[in-house]
Amino acid sequence: MADFLSPAEWAAVFLSLRVAIVATLASLPFGVFAAYALARWHFPGKTLLAALLYLPLVLPPVVTGYVLLIAFGRRGIFGAVLADLGIVLSFHWTGAALACAVMGFPLMVRAMRLSFEATDPRLVEAAGTLGANPIVGFFLVSLPLALPGIIAGATLAFARALGEFGATITFVANIPGETQTIASAIYTFIQVPGGDAAALRLTLVSIVIALAAVIASEIIQRQGEKRLARSA
Amino acid sequence: MIDVDVTRRIGAFCLRVAFQNSAGITALFGRSGAGKSMTIGLIAGLAHPDEGRIALDARLLVDTKSNVFVPSHKRRIGVVFQDSHLFPHLGVKQNLLFGRWFAPRAERKIDFDAVVETLGIGRLLNRAPALLSGGERQRVAIGRALLSCPRLLLLDEPFAALDLQRRLEILPLIEALRDEFKIPIVYVSHAMEEVARLAARVVVLDEGRVVAEGDPADVLRPAVSEDPRFGGASVLTMHVGKRDTAYGLTALAHPAGTIWLAGPAGAEGQRVRILVKATDVTLSAAPPHGLSVQSMLRGTLAAIETAGPLALVEIALAGEGRLAALATRRAIDELALHPGDPVFALIKTAALDERAVGGAG
Repeated sequence: MADFLSPAEWAAVFLSLRVAIVATLASLPFGVFAAYALARWHFPGKTLLAALLYLPLVLPPVVTGYVLLIAFGRRGIFGAVLADLGIVLSFHWTGAALACAVMGFPLMVRAMRLSFEATDPRLVEAAGTLGANPIVGFFLVSLPLALPGIIAGATLAFARALGEFGATITFVANIPGETQTIASAIYTFIQVPGGDAAALRLTLVSIVIALAAVIASEIIQRQGEKRLARSA
Repeated sequence: MIDVDVTRRIGAFCLRVAFQNSAGITALFGRSGAGKSMTIGLIAGLAHPDEGRIALDARLLVDTKSNVFVPSHKRRIGVVFQDSHLFPHLGVKQNLLFGRWFAPRAERKIDFDAVVETLGIGRLLNRAPALLSGGERQRVAIGRALLSCPRLLLLDEPFAALDLQRRLEILPLIEALRDEFKIPIVYVSHAMEEVARLAARVVVLDEGRVVAEGDPADVLRPAVSEDPRFGGASVLTMHVGKRDTAYGLTALAHPAGTIWLAGPAGAEGQRVRILVKATDVTLSAAPPHGLSVQSMLRGTLAAIETAGPLALVEIALAGEGRLAALATRRAIDELALHPGDPVFALIKTAALDERAVGGAG
């Protein structure tokens, strides 16, 4: 099994998984917060904020990657500050994770927001009259009720991260062992003569990973919905 | 005791209410759109008043002048909503225990088993809320609010969605709660039978204003100005007499006569209140013979109010109490009835059900 891929190909697979998992988990709390805020709160500039969050969905990925490079590159606005703190993002796998998180964020927030909007706000009011403060009410009522949508959103973001190419290659390039994910590895193999076999192998691997992720999320979601359907 | 004096405007509607509750059950009574639920929302802390203050016992909950607004989770006021709002992702037992965690330990006085027993929900504990019937769901919602050990319980038309049979089953439970757990209750309803039966005190709302408040027998008196065919009724205080088991009837005694009620009405000698609709009362100038009506009360004609072809007649009953009867103006003229004349009020037993009867505690 281990012979199926060369060490360089395995490195790309593990890097992709690591980048996608870190991107998904790190953006999850922000995604839940943004989705809840957009679903429940009214504040000035809400439409503008929503538009900004959804922007990476409609921009060419290369543009997003270039904006990240300007902002988080070594001489970028935030990049310089972060570099002083010892955090380097450009041309580093953490930068790939940031690029994937940004690209997956709109998908994540969209699914979660719909889910929060579908929960009855009067249930949180009822929790309030029973003595639960808003934060406790969120964790005991809103969050569990929106869980199927949160799982769906996280899966979408994870899948997006696995497939992300344009923003990643623009922001952190294509360095084998450091920033070369499955997508950029396949791109590289297609460019070189005789790389077709390796590209095909990685293609199969990425199909398997994507299928597994989607099936797992379907199963989790169906169980969640079954639990709620018993009670809706 | 809750002391409310608030104003809130939404669009063209203006709610301006001031009232206090009493021990036991206080009813907020009025037709839909009168502002009852809005008042409940303000007391519970689910909405801000534009102006005014609300105090519970000695504790100030809202005062717009001094910028006080205690959020709902700190008010310790339990609410039972029109639709139960049970948490769908939790079982019945977790729903019941939800509020308990947030009550200060020293105030967790209400016993879980006692509530489950009183409400008769023991066999539901392991079910999911979706599998409950409407009546069961409301009983669980009442239990959930009670078990948060509130200082005041607000019931916002909790049985509006239930059919008559379910209401008949649940009303005695509310009386049991009142008697067993000693929590003051504000009960919102537009059903006069429920209010007459349960409430020690009634606050009548109409178009956002308090139009009457006091004892149910005084407040629920019909006015001819609004169409008395709807809602016109009198509340009488009577004593449970002997039962006619062969026919399944119960006598309710009053100095003015006896009313026979179809069905049981509590222990002999108990004081009860009964609601008699003005349309169910027939007048006679002389003691009648050969009628199927067996419930008769004697009195003198106190007042006649006319509205178009109809006349609302108020009878001062022998002993105490007043009874309203609705007749046509022509019938009154042909009987030649005038204030001060003796009259006999006939009440159709079949029109009275036990829902109209409540303890006059």
